[in-house]
Amino acid sequence: MHVLRPLYVVMALVAAILAARMLVVPKDFGIHGSDYMYSWYRKASEEDWKAFKVKYQGRDYCKDCHPDPYQQLRSSPHKVIECENCHGPAIDHPSNPPKLSIDRSRELCLRCHTYLPYPTSKRAEIRGFDPDRHNPGLECAGCHDPHRASKPK
Amino acid sequence: MNRRDFLNLSLKGLAGITLAKGLDEIFQPREGLASSKLVRWVFLVDTYKCIGCGFCVKACKLENEIPLEANVSRTWVERYVVTRGGRVFADTPKEARDGFTTSRVDLGMGRYQDMKRENIDKAFFVPKLCNQCAKPPCVQVCPVGATYQTADGVSLVDRKWCIGCGYCIMACPYGMRFFHPVYQVAEKCNFCYHRITKGMKPACVQACPTGARKIGNIKDPQDPVANIIMTQRVSIHKPEYGTNPQVYFIGLSEEVR
Repeated sequence: MHVLRPLYVVMALVAAILAARMLVVPKDFGIHGSDYMYSWYRKASEEDWKAFKVKYQGRDYCKDCHPDPYQQLRSSPHKVIECENCHGPAIDHPSNPPKLSIDRSRELCLRCHTYLPYPTSKRAEIRGFDPDRHNPGLECAGCHDPHRASKPK
Repeated sequence: MNRRDFLNLSLKGLAGITLAKGLDEIFQPREGLASSKLVRWVFLVDTYKCIGCGFCVKACKLENEIPLEANVSRTWVERYVVTRGGRVFADTPKEARDGFTTSRVDLGMGRYQDMKRENIDKAFFVPKLCNQCAKPPCVQVCPVGATYQTADGVSLVDRKWCIGCGYCIMACPYGMRFFHPVYQVAEKCNFCYHRITKGMKPACVQACPTGARKIGNIKDPQDPVANIIMTQRVSIHKPEYGTNPQVYFIGLSEEVR
């Protein structure tokens, strides 16, 4: 019967692998929904993603505690810009972070206001300038108020 | 059939019809269908409206914890400049994380090309993000079931289950997938699944000042984005691959790859 010994070894191996598989593969791993090709996964992963932390809260999150800058911005041509685009994500402000940053850099303004006269793009309609000629190196906020989108005082 | 049987049967039949009609009134299957929240997320990009500010890319990277300095991103903005001679220049410096702040097009290898206004035939920006294909090849090739399509049509990556083999990154015809430099697993845009399931807009949609990016539910006939997709001229990326993308574009041009 010694010729059968390799067979027993293989059978034991298969049994061990199946037992290990039962322990390793989560209970909720399987076909969820009708589609075999695209819906074969661990169900709890959906909840993992839903629990991901939200950082950008939107301007409605800001308006109750900061009504003045909110109103000022909303009545300026910059009303389409979200507060958090320049001040960074609110996350759980005021507890975390207690203070938001203010991006005063020239580069922030250049995102929209570098003059790019591109036909078929809305960019061409924005009032722009040549950053190499108009006060290079200076911060725009030194003369222009971004909340009012105003001409220099 | 005698008279007694006939009357008996008609009475039962009438009661049956009335009951069915009554049940229809009480349960209202139409309303039931509407409230069962059939959702299929779709995205609409209007390339005419995009100004290339790159706020979408910055918001996406911060929201979804993709390192700002790494040259990978879930979404990016491409610039196309077509000259009078028919030459096409395209670039996306740092995935447009800092927007387009110069007229010089990045040709790579430290070379730049500036174009005079009178030499430009057309120039525009194209924001790109995962197409959340109805038939996602990236999901099909995953050997371990770590990436999958949810019931509402978004393809997700299970970070605990991904082995990092990279098949999905190779399989995507749009180059949307990449390795997450911190978690060392496959990473992709998921329409900010944590936000849309809470009733919020994706971070890129919220950050866009011009409304070039919109998200909607194609299964809701009242949805404004679904209405635009159903009634206006829209196009998709690379239809020849048969992946059935669910990100629709207004104003795509043949130069866009």
